[in-house]
Amino acid sequence: MDNLNLGHHISRRYNEELEDVRSRVLAMGGLVEQQLLNAMDALENQDGSLAEQVIANDLQVNAMEVAIDEECNTILARRQPAASDLRLITAVIKTITDLERIGDEAERIARMAADLVGEKRITRLFTQVHHLGLHTRTMLRGSLDAFAHLDTEKAVQTWNEDRKVDREYEALLRELMTYMMEDADSIPYVLKTIFAARAIERIGDRAGNICEYVIYLVKGKDVRHTRLLEDGVPDGD
Amino acid sequence: MSMEMKNTQGVESAVMPRSLGANDLRAEDHCIKVRNLDLYYGGTQALKDVNMDIARKRVTAFIGPSGCGKSTLLRCFNRMNDLVSSVRIEGRIELDGEDINDKSVLVAQLRQRVGMVFQKPNPFPKSIYENVAYGLRLQGVKSRRTLDDVIEKALRGAALWDEVKDRLHDNALGLSGGQQQRLVIARAIAVEPEVLLLDEPASALDPISTLKIEELIDELKDKYTIVIVTHNMQQAARVSDYTAFMYLGKLIEYDATNRIFTNPSEKMTEDYVTGRYG
Repeated sequence: MDNLNLGHHISRRYNEELEDVRSRVLAMGGLVEQQLLNAMDALENQDGSLAEQVIANDLQVNAMEVAIDEECNTILARRQPAASDLRLITAVIKTITDLERIGDEAERIARMAADLVGEKRITRLFTQVHHLGLHTRTMLRGSLDAFAHLDTEKAVQTWNEDRKVDREYEALLRELMTYMMEDADSIPYVLKTIFAARAIERIGDRAGNICEYVIYLVKGKDVRHTRLLEDGVPDGD
Repeated sequence: MSMEMKNTQGVESAVMPRSLGANDLRAEDHCIKVRNLDLYYGGTQALKDVNMDIARKRVTAFIGPSGCGKSTLLRCFNRMNDLVSSVRIEGRIELDGEDINDKSVLVAQLRQRVGMVFQKPNPFPKSIYENVAYGLRLQGVKSRRTLDDVIEKALRGAALWDEVKDRLHDNALGLSGGQQQRLVIARAIAVEPEVLLLDEPASALDPISTLKIEELIDELKDKYTIVIVTHNMQQAARVSDYTAFMYLGKLIEYDATNRIFTNPSEKMTEDYVTGRYG
């Protein structure tokens, strides 16, 4: 029965198509990660031209989503994938939607960064936003690593980070409100910072979604809208 | 278990799409029970310790590579293997609790309860009417009115009536392949069986005729227990509620069709349905 345990499809072309779609998702993930990195740099260094570059590059992220979607549709139509192949395609379709949205959030951060160029910075606030950004970036990286290596441990670990990000975000909001109450002049600045922080926090949520798709892909178990991952990697059923 | 999980389960029945069909084999009423079935063709063992329950009024599909024993198992259900002299069967097959291999069972009666349709349509070289009437005449039905009624009902049941009602006395061999196959199904259901065995019923048909047969299977399962052997995995995925995967005479995995095609438990099943077998 060993001959059943071939790691490959009978159709070599089908192998290549699945491998291609997977590597394109990772390429898209890499681009989105770079977008987030640049957007945060632009925000921190008040770098207007870098912000503009992030805004312009979002078109590339969008184009990748459309292209991968089309490739998935072609595979669905031509190959009628089943079992883990089917789960790979559905996981890819969902993952690229979240990646595209993460790209949009990075663009939003870049827009705030562009608006904030030349404004007086509140250094203490900045440190906290920076920290939130680092944290979600680690989450995004973790979710992409989990996808690349089909690593469920990593997916669960990354997914659980999101609660910490949420708490950091809430703490930051409270502090931002204090600034607004103490100094009405700071309100325009603080509001923009809130928008940027909100975008960063949303990236954490979406990275968490990608982790859920990885669990589905590997274990065949849909853990969305449950708290199953709080207890570690669930059993497949 | 957390609150959210409970909530999700609570609404499961409301959100479960109808298209997923039946999905809990244990909760079904079982029409056929197979226990420790071994089958030998002379010295070759073709079925190895098969155990399975077939759900009543559901469609069960057998899939697996050529020579895996799926057709052999299907033929056990109406003792078609009796026709092969070298066959030896051990184990038990029950139909509604009764051992079908028991000496007291009359094979002709069993085959009336368990009808069969083959890969190639095999109408008799008689009229359409006489093909469907055949089983009834064997049972001694003579009344013209009864025959007319039953034949119309059977042809309607096989979704063929509208195409043949004006030429019931034409030779059945003049029908197209797809029509002939539906005629054979009409012939099988005219004697009101409990179970219909379909051995590759659509593999000799064009795609449109195939879809008509699949549509028919979906309609027939309201009244009959259907077991289908197919090489076409997409067909199994489309028409069946439960799927059994067989390999080298063994039943490897048997579960809700939805499970088999999205998340099978066995690696061999996974390799087969994804096209990695070879």
